[in-house]
Amino acid sequence: MVKKIMTGNVAAAWGARLSRAEVIAAYPITPQTSIVEKLAQFVSNGDLKAEYIHVESEHSAMAACIAASQTGARAFTATSSQGLVLMHELLHWASGARAPIVMVNVNRALAPPWNVWVEHTDMMSQRDTGWIQFYAESNQEVLDTLIMSYKLCEDKEIQLPAMIGLDAFYLSHTSEIVDIPDQDQVDRFLPDYESAYPLDTENPLSIGSLSMPNQWYSEFRYKIYEAMERVLPKLNQIEEDFYKEFGRKYTGPLELYNTEDAEIILIISGAASGTIKETVDTFRKKGIKVGLIRLRIFRPFPSEALGKALSNASFVGVIDRSFSFGHEGAIFTELKASLYGRKSVPMIKNFIVGIGGRDITTDTITEIYENCFNCLNNKKVDVSVEWIDIKV
Amino acid sequence: MKKLEKLMSIGDLPEVAVSNVPTLNQKTGTWRVYRPEVDKGKCIKCSICWRCCPEISIDIDKEGFPIIKYDYCKGCGICAYECPTTAIKMNREGK
Repeated sequence: MVKKIMTGNVAAAWGARLSRAEVIAAYPITPQTSIVEKLAQFVSNGDLKAEYIHVESEHSAMAACIAASQTGARAFTATSSQGLVLMHELLHWASGARAPIVMVNVNRALAPPWNVWVEHTDMMSQRDTGWIQFYAESNQEVLDTLIMSYKLCEDKEIQLPAMIGLDAFYLSHTSEIVDIPDQDQVDRFLPDYESAYPLDTENPLSIGSLSMPNQWYSEFRYKIYEAMERVLPKLNQIEEDFYKEFGRKYTGPLELYNTEDAEIILIISGAASGTIKETVDTFRKKGIKVGLIRLRIFRPFPSEALGKALSNASFVGVIDRSFSFGHEGAIFTELKASLYGRKSVPMIKNFIVGIGGRDITTDTITEIYENCFNCLNNKKVDVSVEWIDIKV
Repeated sequence: MKKLEKLMSIGDLPEVAVSNVPTLNQKTGTWRVYRPEVDKGKCIKCSICWRCCPEISIDIDKEGFPIIKYDYCKGCGICAYECPTTAIKMNREGK
């Protein structure tokens, strides 16, 4: 075990290296590039025995990863923003083919106007692709989640791909202390990948050929539905194993921060949760009962866990760092839908914040908590969706 | 792995949509509405039809004439369109 100071991108590269990724196919894009640069260095120095494929686009990167995965290789790629959305068609293919690829996506806004800073729209817009989605808070979490993801995705009861989001610049280019586990430990935790149906010239088969409406298409889709239902219980077990091996504890789809007795709870995904924790501490020192839920996993959506965590809250502010035009923030929509039918549902309001990388400060968060308190005191949500920090 | 034809229910399915039946078993000829037919009298053995067939459904025989593989030909008509001597005609199936 070695502690080093590194950026989120270098931590991601280390995660892929320690997981012994066998095929890496990637295309550079700001602010992801330093992940695949670091991996290229690992491969050329002989530190990582992997096939490194230079491709002409992210669409091709994912195609190469799918093919590699289907031969039984552990495949890795990394991308961001425009690159992720260019992959969109192949993302559906990867999950349909049940290829357990792990991908790191540096969360970045989409153009135009051109913007390379953090936002979650890139990954939120891949909601229905059949990928498991993680959002990280720290560089350590990026590395650890990457290793755990391979174990989760390659499980015979799961066999699905996963993407891990890390906030552009706040994680990708910010250095933190990261504990790099020993290779022996990782090897013990994460054995070699063995595909149940590898493409093999000695034993030929085809994957994903035509299935007519009266044949098996519905049933194969139903199997993906069932596999997704198994993800959260399986992850729980993997996180326990991870804790035993590495001593770091992760708490499933949600991280709860002072929520038990909180009147007002904010929900967010991504690294801005650190700022909110600080703000929560300030309120708590004054005896004001506020809390935070950090959503680590957006797909599968942790409806049960959220319902339970919010059962005593009076007011919930959902912070979305993305927007579904014509409606509202994605987490807000999903949360409201998942609470439908519960006995006691808190008042809920959506705050759109930090779009295109605008900084989310303690002042912003304080303003949001106060906004929630005003609504709660008036017993009325003034507007269901409010964009914060718009210059008027 | 069970043969595709023997599957009865979702419980028989592999987790992944794999098939160990060769794609040669997927006879797409039944999709055809118009059937290409070669008039050997007009054919100049240029092989353009063979090159243009998008479904690899044309072979060339020893004498150089095209042979349409009706088990797989979907009847797109590209061969007839490209034939420089109109030696291939598209005739409605069943007539």
